[in-house]
Amino acid sequence: MNLTLKVWRQKNGNAKGELKTYPVKDISPDMSFLEMFDVLNEELITKGDEPVAFDHDCREGICGMCSMYINGRPHGPLQGVTTCQLHMRSFKDGDTIVVEPWRAAAFPVIKDLTVDRTAFDRIIASGGYVSVNTGNAKDANNILIGKEEADEAFSAAACIGCGACVAACKNASAMLFVSAKVSQLALLPQGQVEAKTRVEKMVAQMDAEGFGSCTNTGACHAECPKEISLEHIARLNREYLGAKLSSNNVSI
Amino acid sequence: MSWITKTLSSSIGKKLIMGITGLFLCSFLIVHCGLNALIFANDHGELFNAGAEFMAHNIFIRTMEIVLFLGILLHIYQALMLTLQNKKARPVGYAVTNGNANSKWYSRSMGLLGTLLLIFLIIHLRHFWFVSRLTDEITSGQETLFGEMKEVFESPLWVVLYVLGNVSLAYHLMHGFQSGFQTLGLNHRKYTPIIQSIGFGFSIVIPFVFALMPLAIFFKFIQ
Repeated sequence: MNLTLKVWRQKNGNAKGELKTYPVKDISPDMSFLEMFDVLNEELITKGDEPVAFDHDCREGICGMCSMYINGRPHGPLQGVTTCQLHMRSFKDGDTIVVEPWRAAAFPVIKDLTVDRTAFDRIIASGGYVSVNTGNAKDANNILIGKEEADEAFSAAACIGCGACVAACKNASAMLFVSAKVSQLALLPQGQVEAKTRVEKMVAQMDAEGFGSCTNTGACHAECPKEISLEHIARLNREYLGAKLSSNNVSI
Repeated sequence: MSWITKTLSSSIGKKLIMGITGLFLCSFLIVHCGLNALIFANDHGELFNAGAEFMAHNIFIRTMEIVLFLGILLHIYQALMLTLQNKKARPVGYAVTNGNANSKWYSRSMGLLGTLLLIFLIIHLRHFWFVSRLTDEITSGQETLFGEMKEVFESPLWVVLYVLGNVSLAYHLMHGFQSGFQTLGLNHRKYTPIIQSIGFGFSIVIPFVFALMPLAIFFKFIQ
């Protein structure tokens, strides 16, 4: 396949960036999108140019590192798929593909296609600890959890924190991410002890990081590689408003 | 800041205000539409004028009128604040976006639809509310509200504008109604589909009945 790439190039966070056009030739349809970028970077390095910086790690769709905004959609045209699991067979020979970094005030560009997503880490850290007295392996199973609750909690825990929800949202809202992180603990008995304080602190941190607010367009869910449900956002709203009304925290 | 102001100024708190005021305004639409539909009795506006007379002098209705205006102002103010904040959350935009791939255009255009509604509302208030509340044209008996309606809807310009206003309303409600429940955290696998169906029906029926009024009067179906 021969393709034309328009890639966002930006030296660093303070530099002005621009879209640069690169033709790529002889791309196999079986290559992943990132492997295609590897080919491009090899070429750039051979020519003595600066390779395109992009985030990646496991390349098997579970780490949440890859983050490319491809032709107007985070992680490209497929549903429920990360950029690393997107293959070139999803494109046609001769296509022009525009690749941009996630755009959000809370995700400043580090270089080219890499953005700083530590805002997510700070939100998780603000949630604090969970009181779990595990003891040995047998004790861990002493608290019985219904299959349905366990499955629901797991569906929230499937969030890999890639930030596609923020990238897709017209408000750059992190509500889907935060709702998944709140839900995975709120649904389980082990998460109950600190539930109120946790949701209050995590929402406060989310707002402090400068994410937008949720207008329920559903774009986040549609673009989420793990297809996290909007039900978690409703649960977050419920948990937050309930906690605000009933917790003992007057200063969060 | 107290915990109350902190809650209401958080992103979820602001959305709570949007949701509550929005759903409250929906309840007003039912009353407004139901009462105006009295013109379809086609009795030279007798029933409608009697209804308008009741609304003008009932103390509960007059009190709710003030609450209604406060609701609208709060909805507008909060929408403005949220929009500004949301714009700030993405200072550098994308070169290419494909919003239609992941969401409905009207869910992404609530601010635009709301602005169109506000323009319509100002014209609408000037046409009817201003005349009935701030002048003595109707109380003095020289004009009825039905007469005022017939006068306004003689003009094709106003008829078109009212129909377009209701198209904006329909799309605004199509997203807003069910979005309000989601914001309040009222989501349930049994009830959310019902809420969505009711919301869809509501967003079609109410603006449709409203839009019929200027059309029926302009084309002289209602005398």
